[in-house]
Amino acid sequence: MSTLKLTQYQLARWWEAPRAGLANYRVVLDVDQPTGASLLHSFLITVAFTLIVVAISWSLGVAGAISLQRVRVGRAALRTLFLVPYALPVFAAVITWRFLLQRDNGMLNHVLVDQLGLLNGNAFYLIGPNSFWSLCVVTIWREWPFAFLMILAALQSIPEDVYEAAGMDGAGPWRQLRNITLPMIAPVNQVLVLVLALRTFRDFETPYVLFGGSAPDQARLLSVEIYQNSFETFNFGLGSAMSVLLLVFLMVMTASYLVITRRRT
Amino acid sequence: MMQETPGYRIFRRTTLALLTVFVGAPLVVMVSTAIKPLSQVQSAFRWIPTQPTLRPFVEMWSTVPLARYFANSVIVASVSTVLSVTVAIMAAYAVSRWRFRGRESFRLAVLATQMFPGVLFLLPLFLLFVMVDRLTGLALVGSRTGLVITYLTFALPYAIWMLVSYFETIPHELDDAAKVDGCGPVRLLVSVLLPAARPVIVAVSIFSFMLAWGEVLFASVLTSEQTRTVSIGLQSYASEANVYWNQVMAASLVVSAPIVVAFLLLQRHITSGLTAGAVK
Repeated sequence: MSTLKLTQYQLARWWEAPRAGLANYRVVLDVDQPTGASLLHSFLITVAFTLIVVAISWSLGVAGAISLQRVRVGRAALRTLFLVPYALPVFAAVITWRFLLQRDNGMLNHVLVDQLGLLNGNAFYLIGPNSFWSLCVVTIWREWPFAFLMILAALQSIPEDVYEAAGMDGAGPWRQLRNITLPMIAPVNQVLVLVLALRTFRDFETPYVLFGGSAPDQARLLSVEIYQNSFETFNFGLGSAMSVLLLVFLMVMTASYLVITRRRT
Repeated sequence: MMQETPGYRIFRRTTLALLTVFVGAPLVVMVSTAIKPLSQVQSAFRWIPTQPTLRPFVEMWSTVPLARYFANSVIVASVSTVLSVTVAIMAAYAVSRWRFRGRESFRLAVLATQMFPGVLFLLPLFLLFVMVDRLTGLALVGSRTGLVITYLTFALPYAIWMLVSYFETIPHELDDAAKVDGCGPVRLLVSVLLPAARPVIVAVSIFSFMLAWGEVLFASVLTSEQTRTVSIGLQSYASEANVYWNQVMAASLVVSAPIVVAFLLLQRHITSGLTAGAVK
């Protein structure tokens, strides 16, 4: 399909669309032309977005899970609260954030400007440079409970007497964390980081609901780029060429990730 | 239980406090906004509504045809859940209990589909639907059937993967014992394996339902005004010139409540099902 010159005019009989050979790929990969340049731009944004979201979601998940481990009162309540963002349907969660991030009547500006006095004037969060960070925060809000859940389950499989033995040998909580807990959850981390990265890299729904149909340039993820090329400008051939490239990239990344982490363990 | 140093305790408490605020603030806003009159939503933000009202919960049904969206979502999500769980149970049974050619490649193929971004499927599926429409006259684009088929293709791999992992943990000796007692393959599945796998079946059902309930991308392309689901329907409050944020929040609460409550009530099953699939 990526080798067809396909627009909405041929859609009803798409299999008869003119052949384009590799021309779509040439357009998409030519970074001197607008299409290629914008694809490269959104590719880099997506990579940065994925790294940030995975790193922070994972850290919050670990921190939350190990902190909750010792809580005795209210543990179930906190656990349940932390899982709500994960259980909430995407559109409901992201629409709420969209309201929080409104310039004039949103919560964030109210807190930052009126209550804490950190900013002088109301800032925009859904357009301009801030939109990238808004997207990261909202995605982290939705993704970290998944990391939390997986690590919580992994922690439960560590037998209590390992800690007791270490405690008798005089290891404090920080050393126990570094020398027992983190190594013991390493196998879960391998899967968890991969799953988080794949989910984040392909995320479409968060930017789509947060920004509406067209995302600001600073937050145009690859999936949004593909969507806009396919379903808004109706360049289906270009859209699928991009999809194929994305797929190849993800397969190469996953394979090398698995090879590298296997070799180390 | 080991001794805690003061530094560690401070770290622990700070973490939990910060996470509670981070997770809780949007949820608080969601609830407090849903009970504000429109005038208070459009002016400067305030945490606590001065004149709480339940009117947004009444008005939200008439601003957009929410009831229709809701019904569409219920139909699509239930049908695709029932179908995917049924098919997945049979597929997982076959994969875990019978040796057949291509068994390993089937398992791998199921796993591989987890990797692909939804956007990749969107175009091919869309064009396939167009082609089916041309060839058989069966309109899939814009219909609920099309959406059910789509969600089936997402939910199935996950459901199969989780069920296979779980079936593998049920000892094969149980099968042998049942066979000695004269159980055929169907009875074996229905009266031995299924009762044993109840927690994971619950988890899989919830997941399939959540997936269909919350899906945005395919619903945005494959539905028409008549078949729109809530995930897209909620956007129509927000894209109008005047955004009824109080009604948006009220509607979000109403459409999320069933799923969140079900998830939280069954969180133990879901955790075990989820980790059985991933930690293995």
